Amino acid sequence: MTVKSEITVTVNGQPYRSQVEPRLLLVHYLREVLDLTGTHIGCNTSQCGACTVLLDGEAVKACTLFAVQADGCEVTTIEGLAPEGGLHPIQEGFWEKHGLQCGFCTPGMIMASYQLLKDRPNPSEEEIRHELKGNICRCTGYENIVRAVQYAAERMQASASQPVGAGE
Amino acid sequence: MGIAALLGSPIKRREDPRLITGQATYVDDIKLPGMVHMAVVRSPYGHARITRIDTDAARQHPGVLAIYTAQDLKGVVGNVPIAVPLGHIANGMGVHGPLAEGKVRFYGDPVAVVIAEDRYTARDARDLIDVDYEPLPAVVDVEKAMQPDAPLLYEEFQTNVAFSMHPPTDAIDKVFEQTKADGGVVVKARLVNQRLAPVSMETRGVVAEYRKAGKTLTLWSSSQIPHLLRNLLAATVGLPQHHVRVIVPEVGGGFGCKLNVYPEELVAAFATMKLGRPVKWIEDRDENLAATTHGRDRVDYIEVAATKDGRVTGLKIHGMSDLGAYCQLLTDIMMIGLGFPVSCGSYDIPNISLSGDLVFTNKAPTDAYRGAGRPEAAYVAERAMDLVAYELGKDPVEVRKLNFVKPEQFPYKSAAGALYDTGNYEGALEKALQLADYPRLRAEQAQKRAAGQLMGIGVSSYIEICGLAPKGTLPVGLYESARVRIEQSGTVMVYTGSSPHGQGEETSFAQIVAEEFGIPVDNVLVMHGDTDSTPEGRGTYGSRTLALGGSAVFNAVQRLKEKMRQIAAHMLEASVADVTVEDGKFSVAGTPQKAVSFAEVAAAANLSNTLPPGIEPGLETTAFFEPEACLFPFGTHICVIEIDKETGEPKLTRFVAVDDCGRQINPLLVQGQLHGGIAQGVGQALWEQVVYDENGQLLTSTFMDYAMPIAEEFPPFELDHTVTLTPLNPLGVKGVGEAGTIGSTPAVAAAVADALGVAHIDMPFTAEKLWKSIHQQ
Repeated sequence: MTVKSEITVTVNGQPYRSQVEPRLLLVHYLREVLDLTGTHIGCNTSQCGACTVLLDGEAVKACTLFAVQADGCEVTTIEGLAPEGGLHPIQEGFWEKHGLQCGFCTPGMIMASYQLLKDRPNPSEEEIRHELKGNICRCTGYENIVRAVQYAAERMQASASQPVGAGE
Repeated sequence: MGIAALLGSPIKRREDPRLITGQATYVDDIKLPGMVHMAVVRSPYGHARITRIDTDAARQHPGVLAIYTAQDLKGVVGNVPIAVPLGHIANGMGVHGPLAEGKVRFYGDPVAVVIAEDRYTARDARDLIDVDYEPLPAVVDVEKAMQPDAPLLYEEFQTNVAFSMHPPTDAIDKVFEQTKADGGVVVKARLVNQRLAPVSMETRGVVAEYRKAGKTLTLWSSSQIPHLLRNLLAATVGLPQHHVRVIVPEVGGGFGCKLNVYPEELVAAFATMKLGRPVKWIEDRDENLAATTHGRDRVDYIEVAATKDGRVTGLKIHGMSDLGAYCQLLTDIMMIGLGFPVSCGSYDIPNISLSGDLVFTNKAPTDAYRGAGRPEAAYVAERAMDLVAYELGKDPVEVRKLNFVKPEQFPYKSAAGALYDTGNYEGALEKALQLADYPRLRAEQAQKRAAGQLMGIGVSSYIEICGLAPKGTLPVGLYESARVRIEQSGTVMVYTGSSPHGQGEETSFAQIVAEEFGIPVDNVLVMHGDTDSTPEGRGTYGSRTLALGGSAVFNAVQRLKEKMRQIAAHMLEASVADVTVEDGKFSVAGTPQKAVSFAEVAAAANLSNTLPPGIEPGLETTAFFEPEACLFPFGTHICVIEIDKETGEPKLTRFVAVDDCGRQINPLLVQGQLHGGIAQGVGQALWEQVVYDENGQLLTSTFMDYAMPIAEEFPPFELDHTVTLTPLNPLGVKGVGEAGTIGSTPAVAAAVADALGVAHIDMPFTAEKLWKSIHQQ
């Protein structure tokens, strides 16, 4: 029998202490232990990006990390991107510009876009397309995802930067 | 409040709030008390006999509840359903139970399942199941499979060919001879539509929950067909129809690969019935690439005859449809049923010969994938036009114009069989040429060629057939349904038998209802997916949902409007004939101040106390819509490809699309469907291919090898449209879900051939392939 490890992870501003098998993937920890099912699994080679979350503020693929690697860290998932009842400008952008259809790649795409705009607050279309190459979408052909990110970039530049993380 | 023109308005989707916040429920998000997990043992061979299955070690693993093989299902679970078994399939060829019996016939063929307490334990136990195989020679090429010495998948039939249709060609051969005698040309080609993986971002999955006391089964499945799944699954596992409930939650993409009844769904149902605990199964991506149905995989030999001016006099097609190892729901009708009837494309071709073979090979079963038979048909028709143009040294645009079906010819009966409703092919073409600035593109091409660069322009003027289906097309009527209920507070519930999974009908159906009643669109809620609450429907695929499902909604609304007029007439003490409806108000014609609101009538109907005798309480009705004939969206796509001479790498630098789907209820949704469809069509042309080695080993089992389209590879899409209504439904809508895919692939193929200056080259246009072509010249 595997010996479990104890981890303490802060997710969307909330601390959790859990006993997990060392091999438990972070994405399974989030989805099945914490019931945060917004983060999705779309492949098993770390290519599709559906599992993208923020680990200490930086985008990572949760399918390629073990939960034990998040011990002592802060994780932000799609559920924690905006305060309760509100929408982050990126989420607004995806809504306004029809940047999603089936919605399965969307949480990961939004979290990856968050990283993109953190690194490049004023990205060109080429930069957007390049930075999102780690996120696969089958429905949209990417056209409206690019428009959504452009919308968000404009909105975010126009207003003060938004704090990330739920809990307030 | 003016509700002017909700129809045609690009409003934001009602679906999005839950999706963009991660609050939506897909199958793998479902957690039920006592739920256990299923993992599938699959064949690692393309073709092999099963000699032994040793489950002892697995059974002893802690947390394992059960292991099932074909033996356990015998006599309890029937075969995977097939809609139209053609030829030998009607006698058992390609028919299979949910788990392999005696033999495995493709890499990924399900052999056994293990049920365990949790996901990880199920995987651990699966690894402990020991299956001994005796590998057999495999065949993975459709033409090789037809050879007399080919390995046989179904030995008892002594062939791999399930069905053939080879009509006599004497008449068309004479036409060809005459055309040649008159100074025309005959061009021959071999065209390949390679095997593709549909790749919805959400893999397949199911949660099955059986309640032993009431003998009722609830199945949550990532499916496109809740009612068909319910009916077929109930029959296959031996449950009465009314004891099965299918709930389709959020579905992360379908594209045709979830238009099926899969072995894993049947086995999960079996498992929960045995164990009395809910059973969940979710597929990994490598399982998805191996065992979810594949698309396309068709080889055609064509001959096209044309006068020296470019007028096509005849088209001969011999198509071989690679079915894979088994027949799933619609495997055998892709080419013959869906593709052949539209083989003339948008062209007035007077003579056509359609010959075909359906062949089993040691690969995953093929079935519907965005376009389902029509991309292949369009590809053949468009390549034929381009081949004629190339042979005669003419502009492919001019050849198309010369051969188009003309507006005055509608409704047009094609020599290939289909009856086209309405169309204006030259109109879409002209608009696309303008949008692309075609003359300037050709000028740019000439300049680039002079400088030794490879630039190609491809034009595709496609049609497609959708709106399935008129009565009698298939053994099961493919109508659609809607139940509309107007509530006491004036809000409206719509329950549709269709099953959208990204197409946006929660929004477009609400637009239809809101426009018709003159109420805010937020007052309408559209529900789908649960067979307990929705009327009998046929699901979402084939670009049918708005045309058929929307028409059912529209007709239900008209019926309710009529009842509301009667109630309003009573409330206004007027005669029904004098009551008009506008902007949410029922008023007496000529005296607009004498009016009652939609909400007031809704309240009166539901509260009932003030209704006169003869009018039943309530405002609820169910309508079924069955189309009289099929619908034919069309358009022209123009694209530009530049090829790097040094590396052979193609780059898509422009994509222009002018599409006509009839009336556009929500242009935002229409464009989204086109964007996605185009990406998939370009994907087939440039990147995607399912590859097996000669032993039937799947080589493209992850995204490392199956090249998915990514954002960086596309230019911005340039879209425009024309609107040619159809008289075949009250909305005038044709459907648009697959058009992007159907139109785009041939355009890219034409552009690449044009760039290389060759008549034809097969897809996918990998750098290696193009480099070789360049360096052979």
